[in-house]
Amino acid sequence: MTEFTPIASLLGGALIGLSAALLLLLEGRIAGISGIASRLLPPLKGPGLSGRAGFVLGLVAAPFAWMAATGAEVVQTVSANVPLMIVAGLLVGFGSVWGNGCTSGHGVCGLSRLSVRSMVATGVFMATGFLTVFVIRHML
Amino acid sequence: MSFIVNLVIGLIFGAGLILSGMANPAKVQNFLDLFGTWDPSLAFVMGGAVLVAALGYRIAAGRSAPLLGGAFQIPNRTDIDTRVIVGPALFGIGWGLGGFCPGPALTALGLGTTGALAFVPAMLIGMWAARTLAEGGLTTRPA
Repeated sequence: MTEFTPIASLLGGALIGLSAALLLLLEGRIAGISGIASRLLPPLKGPGLSGRAGFVLGLVAAPFAWMAATGAEVVQTVSANVPLMIVAGLLVGFGSVWGNGCTSGHGVCGLSRLSVRSMVATGVFMATGFLTVFVIRHML
Repeated sequence: MSFIVNLVIGLIFGAGLILSGMANPAKVQNFLDLFGTWDPSLAFVMGGAVLVAALGYRIAAGRSAPLLGGAFQIPNRTDIDTRVIVGPALFGIGWGLGGFCPGPALTALGLGTTGALAFVPAMLIGMWAARTLAEGGLTTRPA
């Protein structure tokens, strides 16, 4: 069970949207995490390398900044099943880059600009996500 | 300069993930568990994010260039190829299994849970493999 948190989730979502809007207005780029992270892997090429490194560093540093600023813990309940998490990681990494985007690039940014391609992608990953949790929680 | 600007934007993104609950895999999996312990919170995350980001896109549409120079790099593809079906299908399975998508996984890395330490390197290998397979990485574009 996790608590239903509509207000915190709406505000947190607004911050994510603000971040995407700032990246677009200031730098002209899409806040797609899979695109940003995958282009930090070899072979390194293209402009914007330092910007992408800064963005990823910001994400990694965020929980520490959060704890320092609010004094609150960052709650994460993560499975400790290592083989499962490795398979999940491989699928998320491969799938997001193969499909040109993840929850941020297709979900937030794509839906915001009414891209049909992103709507299709978002519908597909939501569907397989629902299906996967249904199978692991209710069928296995 | 670009490094600092992006660092701050990344921090805001990460703070949003944490405040919203999206950075917690248990919350993500409960959102995906329609027929069990369903937690609809993440629909509010998406709603809030899309609303604010859409405003940003509207403002950007009226401008000729980004404020810090350069040009807007916005995807213009409209075709529905097999990759935009197969990729998200695989991604969704991994998302359901682990409860992490790429952003939350990166915010989880420093907290050093066993699951995150297994997930993130595997995710990076998966990303590298997809990019390498996609014609040397030249054809992958962000959404």
